[in-house]
Amino acid sequence: MAALCVGLAAAGCSGSDTGSNGGAAAKAESGAVTISYAIWEKPQLATMQKIAAKFHAENPKITVDIQLTPWEQYWTKLQTSLKGGSGADVFWMNIPNLKKYANGGVLMPIDAYVDRDKVDLGNYVPAVMDAYKFKDHVYALPKDVDAIALWYNKELFKQAGVDYPTADWTWDDLTAAAQKLTDPAKGVYGIAAPAEDQANYDNTILQAGGQILSADGKKSGLDSPEAIRGLQFWVDLINKYHASPSLQQMTDTDSEQMFTSGKVAMYYGGSWTVLDMKAIPEAKRFADVAPMPHDAQHYSVSNGLGMVINSKTKHPDAAWQWVKYLGGKAAAQMQAETGTVIPAYKGMADAWVKSSPEFNLQVFVDQLKYAQPLPSSIDTPAWRDPAAAELAKAWTGSASVEDAARKAAQIMNDALAKEGS
Amino acid sequence: MTVTEQHQDHPGTGSRTSLRPEPPSRSGLRRQDAMWATVLIAPTAIGLLVFSIWPTLLTFYYSFTSWGAFGGHTWAGLENYTQLLHDSELLQSLVNTAILSLITLLSVPLGIVVAALLHRPDFRLTRFYRTVYFLPAVTLPASIALMWRLVYNGDFGPLNWTLSLVGIDGPSWLADSHTAIYALGVVSIWGSIGYNMVLFLAGMQAIPRDYYEAAELDGAGSISQFFQITVPLLTPTTFFVTVITVINALQAFDLVFLMIGKTNPALEKSQTVVYLFYEKGFVESQGGYAAAIAFVLLAVILVFTAVQFRMQRRWVHYG
Repeated sequence: MAALCVGLAAAGCSGSDTGSNGGAAAKAESGAVTISYAIWEKPQLATMQKIAAKFHAENPKITVDIQLTPWEQYWTKLQTSLKGGSGADVFWMNIPNLKKYANGGVLMPIDAYVDRDKVDLGNYVPAVMDAYKFKDHVYALPKDVDAIALWYNKELFKQAGVDYPTADWTWDDLTAAAQKLTDPAKGVYGIAAPAEDQANYDNTILQAGGQILSADGKKSGLDSPEAIRGLQFWVDLINKYHASPSLQQMTDTDSEQMFTSGKVAMYYGGSWTVLDMKAIPEAKRFADVAPMPHDAQHYSVSNGLGMVINSKTKHPDAAWQWVKYLGGKAAAQMQAETGTVIPAYKGMADAWVKSSPEFNLQVFVDQLKYAQPLPSSIDTPAWRDPAAAELAKAWTGSASVEDAARKAAQIMNDALAKEGS
Repeated sequence: MTVTEQHQDHPGTGSRTSLRPEPPSRSGLRRQDAMWATVLIAPTAIGLLVFSIWPTLLTFYYSFTSWGAFGGHTWAGLENYTQLLHDSELLQSLVNTAILSLITLLSVPLGIVVAALLHRPDFRLTRFYRTVYFLPAVTLPASIALMWRLVYNGDFGPLNWTLSLVGIDGPSWLADSHTAIYALGVVSIWGSIGYNMVLFLAGMQAIPRDYYEAAELDGAGSISQFFQITVPLLTPTTFFVTVITVINALQAFDLVFLMIGKTNPALEKSQTVVYLFYEKGFVESQGGYAAAIAFVLLAVILVFTAVQFRMQRRWVHYG
């Protein structure tokens, strides 16, 4: 009975009596419980296991069972299992999906717990923290924040006699350098220009002064002249300057692999790839990071993962304990010192930068000054992939950038209109 | 008949008055037979009802509804079906599926040839080769996909490396919208030859050796034996294998899912109907529309199978 009360209180029915019920629930859940925790990044698994072990040592009655599902299957598996009334107790969430899941009622609001335990939400990077609020409720404690920067191959730069990228680089500087670095005889390209939203064109659209989604979240901005300029930049690198492998080539071998094998001299990569890069001995020698080149403005998009609780969990209190621990300072420190991610917990970025002195990771942290959260609406997945597939036609040259952008915007607007109804 | 039925109920009394007397023990057996038959069929029948028939009926119902991302549906009438009519993506996926099925059908003649080669009693290493050919049928789709993706890789794959030796600059087979569906087709043939071969081997083993001995006495060579004896007598097996191969090919999903993927620029020209069903139902949360797609596919499969059953009269010879 007591457990039921707390379950309801946690779901936001009444905030005032959670304090007294919290104690009762601790008694009701006195037996050992296992919390399932779903994640998608294999490189982060080791750190998550370390944090879970430490958590278990401090909370011997709660065991965390980490379930790793690859990114390609994570969301379909999650959605299907939640629809069927099961699903992990605690799982990773990202900004583009938060509203869909919160709106669907499958996430537990954590306001009551936050109030009860006096968790200071001001500890977290505001852009990410705000992204996990929906309709006056808080749904997650943020785990990390990510940034995009320009990875470059020092050896290829030296061989081509090109100066290393600097913070002053504009798009034109990048394009010029990419052309000089391209050497068809050796099969080396200046840059990888895949059709990726978060890692490349989302950023250049903002830099050109465009928007992906209007401020009120009702209209696509993909067909604006600025957005088209932001898209054209990438398409030109492939089809006009021939300074990048084709989209087909990058589908066979992704840009990160192309970069680490020395086939491309530059690529836009996320802060989450640092662990991958550290794992490759040659990359440690030749790879470094520079700030993203800018256009009219400096701008970048940023995602950040949040830890959310399944609204149907049988162990809400234990799940919250785990979320609170993961969102706390100790866990943030472990994530930073292992170089895993930039924690969303403020003041931890330095520790992350120091974790990998072989790379100039400070540029990722500096990039966050210009960061905006990834665009999201109530049902982002309904338009994100379909619009991206339409835009990819400009990359392969089977459509002009204008046509692809117009069709992608149409797909997006149709999906947004359905959200309203 | 009613009389005997009465006797079944009272086995001890009726045999003398019956017009067609039957030993009581036999009718008792019959009742037992019926009971055992029911018991033995029950697991399959219940399984079919629960896992096939009921879901099919539910899917049919859902194809007239509209779904949110997390449960909860509303009646939508014919909306999903009108949407189908205007969906160029669905039309393209039907075309893709048809191409893939046609290519996969090549595994039927190839299966016969391989089976015939491995059926010869004088052939050495028969077991080894049978295993080699059957291996793809029991290999995990994920590892098949991984291996073939390496083979097809445009820059580093062994296929293009081989082609480069004769001066051909091969494309990115799986990422080029002109080649992707054919690349999948080759893997599909490769994957189904083994299974078809095993069925053909079983069929060949049922052909009496006498026919071949008689043919040999008449001076027929092995090639004419193959065409005059093996192929005609195998037609029932060929019919079965063809039907199964077509049904499987029409339901292709794993190859597209594992080898193409959703960011591939060739996806539009290579996605199959089942892949589209998955995308709509599980990724874009349009459960009702996905159900309608599933019904279109069911209709296509029924039509194709019915046509094949009608055509069999022309070319299938039973005993």
